[in-house]
Amino acid sequence: MNIEKTDRSRCLNESLKASFLAALVAFALSFLVLGVETRLFENKVIVVPHWNYVALIVLTVFVMRFMSVLFSWKRRKPSTDLKRAKKSYFSALFETKFENLLKIFGIALFIFAFFLPFFPFSGRYFLDLSILILTYTMLGWGLNVVIGLAGLLDLGYVAFYAAGAYSYALLSTSFFPFLIEQGYLNPVIMNWIFWICLPLSGISAALLGISIASPVLQLRGDYLAIVTLAFAEILRMILINWDELTGGPNGISRIPHPSFLGIEFNRSPEGFSAIFDLEYSSLQRLIFLYYLIFFLAMLTNVITLRLRRLPIGRSCEAMREDEIACRSLGIDTRNTKLTAFAIGAMFAGFAGSFFAARQGFISPESFGFMESALILSIVVLGGLGSQIGIVIASIVMVGGVQAARRLEFFNTLFGPDFDPSVYRMLLFGLVMVLIMICAPRGLISHRTPSILLQKKKASPADLTLEEQR
Amino acid sequence: MTATMEKNCSSSQINDRLSPKAEAGKNPILQVDHLVMRFGGLAAINDISCSIFHSNITAIIGPNGAGKTTFFNCLTGFYKPTEGMIRMHHEDGTVFFLERMDDFRISASTNLVRTFQNIRLFKGMTVLENLMVAQHNKLVRTFGSAISGLFCSSGYVAREREALDLAKYWLDRIGLIESANEPAGSLPYGSQRRLEIVRAMCAEPRLLCLDEPAAGLNPNETSQMNTLLRFIRDKHAVSIMLIEHDMSMVMKISDHVIVLDYGEKISDGTPEFVRNDPAVIAAYLGTEDLENIN
Repeated sequence: MNIEKTDRSRCLNESLKASFLAALVAFALSFLVLGVETRLFENKVIVVPHWNYVALIVLTVFVMRFMSVLFSWKRRKPSTDLKRAKKSYFSALFETKFENLLKIFGIALFIFAFFLPFFPFSGRYFLDLSILILTYTMLGWGLNVVIGLAGLLDLGYVAFYAAGAYSYALLSTSFFPFLIEQGYLNPVIMNWIFWICLPLSGISAALLGISIASPVLQLRGDYLAIVTLAFAEILRMILINWDELTGGPNGISRIPHPSFLGIEFNRSPEGFSAIFDLEYSSLQRLIFLYYLIFFLAMLTNVITLRLRRLPIGRSCEAMREDEIACRSLGIDTRNTKLTAFAIGAMFAGFAGSFFAARQGFISPESFGFMESALILSIVVLGGLGSQIGIVIASIVMVGGVQAARRLEFFNTLFGPDFDPSVYRMLLFGLVMVLIMICAPRGLISHRTPSILLQKKKASPADLTLEEQR
Repeated sequence: MTATMEKNCSSSQINDRLSPKAEAGKNPILQVDHLVMRFGGLAAINDISCSIFHSNITAIIGPNGAGKTTFFNCLTGFYKPTEGMIRMHHEDGTVFFLERMDDFRISASTNLVRTFQNIRLFKGMTVLENLMVAQHNKLVRTFGSAISGLFCSSGYVAREREALDLAKYWLDRIGLIESANEPAGSLPYGSQRRLEIVRAMCAEPRLLCLDEPAAGLNPNETSQMNTLLRFIRDKHAVSIMLIEHDMSMVMKISDHVIVLDYGEKISDGTPEFVRNDPAVIAAYLGTEDLENIN
């Protein structure tokens, strides 16, 4: 009894101490940033104090810190053996159940995504957002090959996205039209331009990946991250400054939209609506774009999943675990790294050319570091190496943040003047912090073996190769 | 340049210099001539010449800091030797000059595979996956075959089945078939040691280099290890080279013992010869002369 009492008071003491300290830090930080506003008033600088903001921040930090320490203290208490045994039993049970659940969830998500354009609630905005989410999912899956599989921290993934977008834009607005003008090619080719340029831009992004990676692959971990980040910035600077080729900060406009088997989406008699005898609606193109990115994303998914079960994917994973052991087994780690980089870059190139074709206009502004950070956070939050985790993370990070702009709920809470879009980066940060606290290894950190040994009961020597997701 | 110069000097002369050859009738699989490895001013390996013979278990022993692991690292390309020549002979007469090759190429093309003093398994991957990674080069012969795997081509599936059979064979051999789908890191220490050796065997070596395979094993596990190593030598005709501190194990299983001390070879011969060699006794226990001086 007595022991419990002292324990409780000690716990209270410690939480109070920690929360006072946190509140002090919060005060020091918010005092100048939030507390005093300087304003120009009749040619004089006056100070407008906002003590209520500071008080709010300090109080929130105090309460949050107090709660968190209190709870973690409770958790620190050693549990009895029985409890622990029960817990491990349940977690083992949970693991197998969880795997099945994930599979079912994945299939359900696939079906939902497949029929998404035909649901009654999917209007223009919803479809646009879905396309955006799918683009980021595809990018996340592509980057997952580099980070999740091969363990190479690439902070400049957006460079390959930009390479794909600019390759498509340049090929379709100047290179192919030039060839047609010169009479080398039939003008009909312009109807198919997207389908010709898509693989080309994928290849050019992969080549860029190889050329960036080959000099820097001696570096590891943080150093590789810094160099890739720098390369992405260099590429962005080139795009901004090479006016004659890329149009500089003005970007490239009038990029041709993708066609459906050579049929354009317009009002002309050769357009999609005329041929299929439908009423013209701009939504048709949007639905087509949705299925296009859906197809591309699924292609990425299938290839990356298959890759994991191939020797090359397995050696990538082995390289992430132990590079020296890999070399001792005769695996050329340099080539393996280059392959991983090139494959990741290729998918970014595909996504980039889709992006350019959808927007019809690109500029260097779309390829800043923020994009890289977003894709990286999708991969990390989703759980390195988990395909479905990346889907969930991209829905949360892209969809959730975009949706926050439109939520009426905030206005009822904070009054009609409140504009949630201003706070969306704050929300972004909050979501990230929460996920990192609750699931430090990402939303789904479960690893499925790439190959399983299964023994049939009838003949134990017989082996079956189980292919599993 | 040193390598080409030394190529001309007769290698048998070098081998005979110190002691009678361990297995006079057999051909060497590996010949090391005047190997020197310097780290700055320190010569960790100082002019070692020796031969490793076919289908033998060769033990490298010596006190701590004698340069055993450095010697291994030079052979397997993890260090580039400062001087000297390392030749590997295949049965078909091909000769490889290991001192000029990259580490991964040594195991890929000359079939010299090593293990490590501190176990280097892919701990997060399953036991089976560890063995499949070891067969990477067999599965991916050409670029085309890497691509064809993407489409489940029949050739690739057959090769994968073959690889799986080999993995299963070895897992059966070391009694780990039941835990094939468990993460390698979750195995007990002794099993991890055996798994690492078996993983190296999946890379189909001609010469297997083991860095302290019995370190940290109990007597029971050590005798299991002896059985495994003998099995590898006898049934698979693989030559084994091992570094070991456990003298009872060394004397039991090795056909040929090389003793290093301060980066130099002090004795080379059969276990009996080495056991009675005064130079070896001096290195391990010290000499009377030395004590008199002190």
